[in-house]
Amino acid sequence: MTQCPNDSMTALNRKQAPQFNGVENITLLRPEHKKLANGCNVYAFNSGGQDLVRIEWIFGNLRFNPTKPLLNVAVNTMLTDGTTTMNAAQIADTIDFYGAFLQVDYGYDNSQVTLYTLTKHLASTLPVIRDIMSNSVFPEKELETYVRNQQQKLQVSLQKNDFVARRVFNRALNGDTIYGLAATPEDFKSLKREDLQQHFKEMYQPANCTMIVAGKIDDEALALLTDTFETGWENQSVPADTTQPELVPSAERFFYTEKPEALQSAIRLGMPFINRTHPDFPGMQVLNTVLGGYFGSRLMANIREDKGYTYGIGSGMGTFKHGGSFFIASEVGADVCRSAVSEVEKEVNLLKAEVIPDEELSLVRNFMLGSLLGSLENVFSHADKFKNLHFAGLGYDYYDRYTTTVKSITAEELKALANKYWDFDNFYKVIVGKY
Amino acid sequence: MVNFNRFTLDNGLRVLVHEDSTTPMAVLNILYDVGARDEDPEQTGFAHLFEHLMFGGSINIPNYDGPLQRVGGENNAFTSNDITNYYITLPSANIETAFWLESDRMLSLAFSKKSLEVQRNVVIEEFKQRYLNQPYGDVWLKLRPLVYKQHPYRWATIGKTIKHIEDARIEDVKAFFKKHYNPQNAIMVVGGDVKTEDVKALAEKWFGAIPAGEKYTRELPVEPEQHEERREITTGKVPLNDLYIAFQMQGRLDESFHTVDLMSDILSRGNSSRLYKTLVKDKQLFSEIHAYNTEALDKGMFVVQGKPVAGVSTEDAEAAIWEQLELLKNEEVFADELTKVKNKTESTMAFSEMSLLDKAMNLAFYELMGDADNLNHETLKYLAVTPAAIKEQANKLFRKDNSSTLVYLAGKTEEVTEAV
Repeated sequence: MTQCPNDSMTALNRKQAPQFNGVENITLLRPEHKKLANGCNVYAFNSGGQDLVRIEWIFGNLRFNPTKPLLNVAVNTMLTDGTTTMNAAQIADTIDFYGAFLQVDYGYDNSQVTLYTLTKHLASTLPVIRDIMSNSVFPEKELETYVRNQQQKLQVSLQKNDFVARRVFNRALNGDTIYGLAATPEDFKSLKREDLQQHFKEMYQPANCTMIVAGKIDDEALALLTDTFETGWENQSVPADTTQPELVPSAERFFYTEKPEALQSAIRLGMPFINRTHPDFPGMQVLNTVLGGYFGSRLMANIREDKGYTYGIGSGMGTFKHGGSFFIASEVGADVCRSAVSEVEKEVNLLKAEVIPDEELSLVRNFMLGSLLGSLENVFSHADKFKNLHFAGLGYDYYDRYTTTVKSITAEELKALANKYWDFDNFYKVIVGKY
Repeated sequence: MVNFNRFTLDNGLRVLVHEDSTTPMAVLNILYDVGARDEDPEQTGFAHLFEHLMFGGSINIPNYDGPLQRVGGENNAFTSNDITNYYITLPSANIETAFWLESDRMLSLAFSKKSLEVQRNVVIEEFKQRYLNQPYGDVWLKLRPLVYKQHPYRWATIGKTIKHIEDARIEDVKAFFKKHYNPQNAIMVVGGDVKTEDVKALAEKWFGAIPAGEKYTRELPVEPEQHEERREITTGKVPLNDLYIAFQMQGRLDESFHTVDLMSDILSRGNSSRLYKTLVKDKQLFSEIHAYNTEALDKGMFVVQGKPVAGVSTEDAEAAIWEQLELLKNEEVFADELTKVKNKTESTMAFSEMSLLDKAMNLAFYELMGDADNLNHETLKYLAVTPAAIKEQANKLFRKDNSSTLVYLAGKTEEVTEAV
């Protein structure tokens, strides 16, 4: 198998990697902006091409109320459950009949409704969304179904170690806030229809809505869209309160949920952190990539590829409107949990003690630029990049700074960042399983 | 419409090129015609373990991932019961690096003992993480052997037991490579910002001299038709009961496939589907319910799976599912209902063309099934399905003596006090 079967093979030096090129230009598409009379902002990316479009209606979540913690998520999830003119089944029938997809998604800062549709069916599918925005009623029977099914889902999730680790960690970092929410079955039970209706009215109003359109959307389609969401969609007298209570991290830093029969333990380590708006953030993204942000990262190389303790380990940064987090997460064999934690500690401290070798750093630079280029696959991905900026209050110069940082930050600067931000002893440490 | 050009190297490697200049990226996807169904019953999980070893260095290149990351690329792979598929995405200017890496590991692996040792552990942790340490994680380990008695689909890709993974030896790895990893058993798709002529030259340069190897001829036992009702009741450390009813169905290449596939959409695709509307919303018997098929190349499985609401007996829940299946057997579906699932299929096909990687993977898989061009006629096949054909397939599939029912009962879960 090792002999070379013919001449062309001998001529080919397979040990030598081919020449390669760095990524030079990354061009991001920018949207057209239009503000409707009712205050709703519309950002449109018209790609032409295939007759498809994705439209997102994004609303800022209302201020978290610890005594009614589930209102933001429950209202969002139940938007497809009926209006004054259509019940849940009719909404689903209409959307499905036109081959469209209607999705609701709840996030920490915003909640949204997304429509994927063939552009030619916009005239049939848009009125459904418009109806939902104005006339959702949250029927009592649907609420009961929602509560029961969510309670059952939660029961199953609570059996998953990584799920429990994530919520214990979030609660520790963010306290009893929207970012720290760890719902119980009782929280679902306490949901009241009147509260949902009230919450809906305050949150789902045009001045609290950002519409993001991506795909084939010519002037005619855009006019249809703006007409549908401008005419007759009015704001309430009280604007949406999207401020949030202050985040107060827990004083306790070690959280161990013991499961004596666990085969694996979920580990989550980290701390409250700077977010995308901070000047150090792009540099930290480089440092994070080296530590645990890609398949060849130090955590993967050591804890998976050298020790075989886990199927996967990684680190990342969560960036939110009112906060941020840094975390390292894995599920490891229960018998090697302590060793895995101590290897993580070694890797974090190594980045504080020694500069990253040139070869590794140049690999990470190229990887990150290639990855950015590859993440711009189609018009939807360009819209997603815009959302990252827009909701953080940043402009397109962010990506210029990002690429400049990735290309030019020095090993010394990265070491300084590691020392400025990371202190393993002070990390929050969450273990679910055996330790 | 996914356009492509196609050529075959002298050593039997089939190459397809999909030119798409709207992206600055390129994809190189290699499908090897080997899956868990090709394993020895005493060495299950091997195809998947082998996939891990493909990243452990090849004959001339000690490290696979590093050189790719260095040129801005990413890669991954998956193993199914039917195939093993590897893919790379990278800036198109660096496409040659992908040829270099993929051709070297098709030529020969390094067969490092250390890599085998480590990946054995990694796969064992994967086994635990996905199948053993998850609520309901072992369902497929139980359901497959209930549905299949002869065919190797009776085990899951991860394998029957951790023991088989522990026992893997380097000689087995070498033999597996020789048998399955050669140009004749592979289909390569290169897509994105590339030109067919350039791909041809690069394919000749890097893959042309790899020996053709021996052609693997698949001779798998045929799963006999099922003529008895099968049932297993199991209790796990889970909080809720879960019900699975599986039916044998024809394979992916059978002409009935598109009809059966739409039948599962009628039953459970989206909130307007029959099972969701009737059993979750109206009768409130289930908290969730799904119907789907495994899209297997040999005889497949059509599965209806649902979690009954607390307080509903599994018997009543099962009867309610059967009532819906009987309805499909006795009455033709409504014209509007069929149009709806056809429209949904049509738009799904259109949306999937937004992704370069999806297109490349689809081309490779359709080529394996006979002709990549069939990808472009797939929608027409769905549009041709009739209500009468659905009724006919419902009668063929949904027989008690073609059913395997797994009742997964809630047992005592570990009492967990969350540390908060």
